[in-house]
Amino acid sequence: MNLLATGPVIPNYAAQSSKCVVENDFFCFDWVKHNWGTVLWPALRQHIYLTLVAVAIGFAISLALALAAHRLRWLERPTLVVTGILYTIPSLALFELLVAPVGLNTTTAEIALVSYTLLILFRNIVTGLREVPDEVREAAEGMGMTRAQVLRRVELPLALPAIVAGLRIATVTVISLATIAYLVSAGGLGLPVHNALGEGPFKTELIAAGGLAVVLALVADGLLVGVQRLLTPWVRAARA
Amino acid sequence: MGAGGTRVSEFADAFKFIAHNGAVAGAPQLPSLSGLALETLWVGAIGVAIALVISIPTGVWLGHIHRGSFLAINVGNLGRALPSLVVLAVGDAFLGLGLVVVELALVVLAVPPMVTNAYLAVDGVDRDLVDAARGMGMSGWEVLRRVELPLAVPLLFAGVRTASVFVVSTTTLAALVGFSGSLGDVIANETSYHFSGVLGAAICVAALALIIDGVLAGVQRLVTPRGLKLAQRTLRERPQALGDAVVEGAS
Repeated sequence: MNLLATGPVIPNYAAQSSKCVVENDFFCFDWVKHNWGTVLWPALRQHIYLTLVAVAIGFAISLALALAAHRLRWLERPTLVVTGILYTIPSLALFELLVAPVGLNTTTAEIALVSYTLLILFRNIVTGLREVPDEVREAAEGMGMTRAQVLRRVELPLALPAIVAGLRIATVTVISLATIAYLVSAGGLGLPVHNALGEGPFKTELIAAGGLAVVLALVADGLLVGVQRLLTPWVRAARA
Repeated sequence: MGAGGTRVSEFADAFKFIAHNGAVAGAPQLPSLSGLALETLWVGAIGVAIALVISIPTGVWLGHIHRGSFLAINVGNLGRALPSLVVLAVGDAFLGLGLVVVELALVVLAVPPMVTNAYLAVDGVDRDLVDAARGMGMSGWEVLRRVELPLAVPLLFAGVRTASVFVVSTTTLAALVGFSGSLGDVIANETSYHFSGVLGAAICVAALALIIDGVLAGVQRLVTPRGLKLAQRTLRERPQALGDAVVEGAS
């Protein structure tokens, strides 16, 4: 069901086969140029889409769970156990386990990817909220803030560094794991990697697609660091 | 698949496949599930062992001298950005696939979380305690062995645990690249095993990872010094150290 469901074999030797491609040299720029629009960009776009959706849904679920656990302490342990189990299941197994009930589609991939973000995000959000010093909380209450105001205006902002740290790990993890999404016909950069393997293996396509996955992860990580700097100017001010 | 009834029967068939230890009617030459599970463990254990030998001394030493934090932490970040499939595929393309290359890939992927955790564990030991130990006349080596290492054990071992589960996962993924010698073989070979076999093997892989994680959690508890456990009982009420979360990486 899975391995056969992938697309046509990629390196098109007949059409624009340079000497480099035919001889399967280390890296052929001309192949990348020719196939950027048809192979690499669509895979990259799908990969970004898979990641954004998974992290967004994962964050929404984790935030809700973390806020609940922040209020009701006893919820923390069971949530950690369940998300921990999801996190531990190897990706290949989880994707296949979801094929039976959900089918070969993007939804399967998203469910699997979301389930890997939950432990990371939940734990970091809860940690961030809890590390807010009691004195700060009490000062806010003393100023007459309600519990909701304390959460929104004091606790969540102070928890931001931990939350963004969680987002960084979750995002990079999802980008790495989304390379398996091709198994359930959800595309992504794993598809050109897989196709390259079928061709002998075809090194250029492998390096280009694999490299894009690594670069995407590093760029996303860097962007999130930038976001954190913008959102928490006081961290740098305190350090200076 | 479609209707709910078929879904249930798919899982029923998968459990039958497990109950028959991976036997498929009309294909007697296929390896058994238990054999493949043992092979997965064996391949993974070699990778974990090599990674341990490389990363624990490195991470512990860097932590002890409080140097190289940039290196130790960024190795972990970079490691998380490397997709297992890509590492395996590149190994296959440039070195040719075989046990050696799979082990190499496993080591490449297992070293980063181990080094980072070992570093953070030792580096994070309370400096006052180290100063006190020095004041009692301990040498650097004694401080490491009798103060820093015991206190670092829980976090250090958490890295080993993460890496081990990661290794199991990557070992099964090696089947997608064409390496045969793990439970992933069944998942990658639907033609021979049918979907029930694929599903059955996926259940086994998940169970194997959870069992390994559980066993290692037990070992972690055993190797944690008693004094630290008492302290942890109160610590558990507090959140886990952020460093713990920072070095995670899913498989």
